[in-house]
Amino acid sequence: MDIIEVKDVSMRFNLANERIESLKEYVVRLLTGNLMFQEFYALNQVSFSVQSGTSVGILGTNGSGKSTLLKVISGIYEPSAGEIQVHGTIAPLIELGAGFDPDLTARENVFLNGAVMGFEREFVRSKYAEIVAFSELGNFMDVPIKNFSSGMSARLGFAIATLVHPDILIVDEVLGVGDSAFQQKCEQKMQELRSCGTTMLFVSHSIEQVRAVCSHAIWLRRGRVEMEGDVDDVCDAYQKWCETHSAFE
Amino acid sequence: MLKKIFADGYRYRWLLEQLVGRDLKVKYKRSYLGYLWSLLNPLMMMAIVSIVFSEVFRYDIQYFPVYLLCGQIIFSFFSEATTMAMNSILQNAGLLKKVAVPKYILPLSKLCSSGVNLLWSLAAIAIMFCIQHVPWHATMLLFPIPLLLLFLLSYGVGLMMAVLATQFRDMAYLYGVLMQALMYMTPIFYPVEALPPEALAIIRFNPLFHLVTYFRKVVLYGRIPDVREHIVCIAFAVGFYVMGRTIFQAHQKNFVLYI
Repeated sequence: MDIIEVKDVSMRFNLANERIESLKEYVVRLLTGNLMFQEFYALNQVSFSVQSGTSVGILGTNGSGKSTLLKVISGIYEPSAGEIQVHGTIAPLIELGAGFDPDLTARENVFLNGAVMGFEREFVRSKYAEIVAFSELGNFMDVPIKNFSSGMSARLGFAIATLVHPDILIVDEVLGVGDSAFQQKCEQKMQELRSCGTTMLFVSHSIEQVRAVCSHAIWLRRGRVEMEGDVDDVCDAYQKWCETHSAFE
Repeated sequence: MLKKIFADGYRYRWLLEQLVGRDLKVKYKRSYLGYLWSLLNPLMMMAIVSIVFSEVFRYDIQYFPVYLLCGQIIFSFFSEATTMAMNSILQNAGLLKKVAVPKYILPLSKLCSSGVNLLWSLAAIAIMFCIQHVPWHATMLLFPIPLLLLFLLSYGVGLMMAVLATQFRDMAYLYGVLMQALMYMTPIFYPVEALPPEALAIIRFNPLFHLVTYFRKVVLYGRIPDVREHIVCIAFAVGFYVMGRTIFQAHQKNFVLYI
């Protein structure tokens, strides 16, 4: 069964519009007819589908549209054209601890972040001990997050985000900040989720990691699907291409 | 319509509660008196303004401090809630770019945190009633009506301003000036009777003027506003709410592109 279906999805950004932040500029551009100018397609008619239970790696250089694709799938961006169908719950690990408030303590942030992720209060309460144990931050739960290192808040964020067994796990290079022991723990957790049937979309610049984790891969280049298929084939082709090309040529 | 708000609020009630809780916790973190400031602030402001206006300008209004406080808490709520709602989308850019949450929840949470402040201010009014020996009227029990309408009005304006401020950062500065103008257009510290008819003609378009008058009538004067006053207040509140909601819904998908 296809759990994610992406059909002809395009995501258009208006680079000129991005910079209009003042009224004066807007009026000037309106008068000179410069309002819709410098369009940029981060995704251009991307189509693919993901089968339930598989792990798909997404490859591509910086600025090739990987993160945009993940954001469109998790519903943060609404695509400018095309259609996306997702059958199931998504746990987006696009940035760990999104919505943490620096002034609140770790304990308060667990509940705030839990609410942001759409969990129920009782659920988070019952899992609180598990979160503390997994993140190994037991001594620091009453410290404001602003005093945490990035690795510490990543630990907390990962522990909260993987509380549920989601149907789809979206991982965007979030594990870089943790120490190696914690990275190992996270990989173990992801392995555990996968063996429970969770589908995974995985973005990483480490091709070794993609080969190890995924069975399929998609290679994005300038917002288009360059190649799609078995992980080894795509990785080989991508690696070969990388030897002779650079990102923004 | 109210049902729709409550349905939205109910669905994400825990998120809403957490966001409001965060605002309140962060607001008074590291202050000794904490929440007590929500009570002390309106009282201290009132003390200063009533000294200035009853001693220096000598308006002859009975129970002037309470008269003042009634206008002041309504205006403060409107000004605080709409300003915070206006900035709520920009402030939470990080969140909106990383997680798919319903966007209206951010302005709504700001409205609710200001609402908590408003409740504290009501306690301040009650204290002043006792100190000034103001007679208590049965019509006082109607006070939630103007406050609910005020909430609806402020929510609508807040939603509209959030859309504008997200597209044009100038709004944040402009709005401060607008609020100043609106403050003078609202009979907070002067009696309505003191106005020349030309000024009154303009002020009638200020929804806060009608809400403040309504609130004072039921709380301070023990009178029930007539049908016309009811219609005007409801029309303003519902009108702004519908307008704000429509504009917000039409523009919310573009927010992530601007923040």
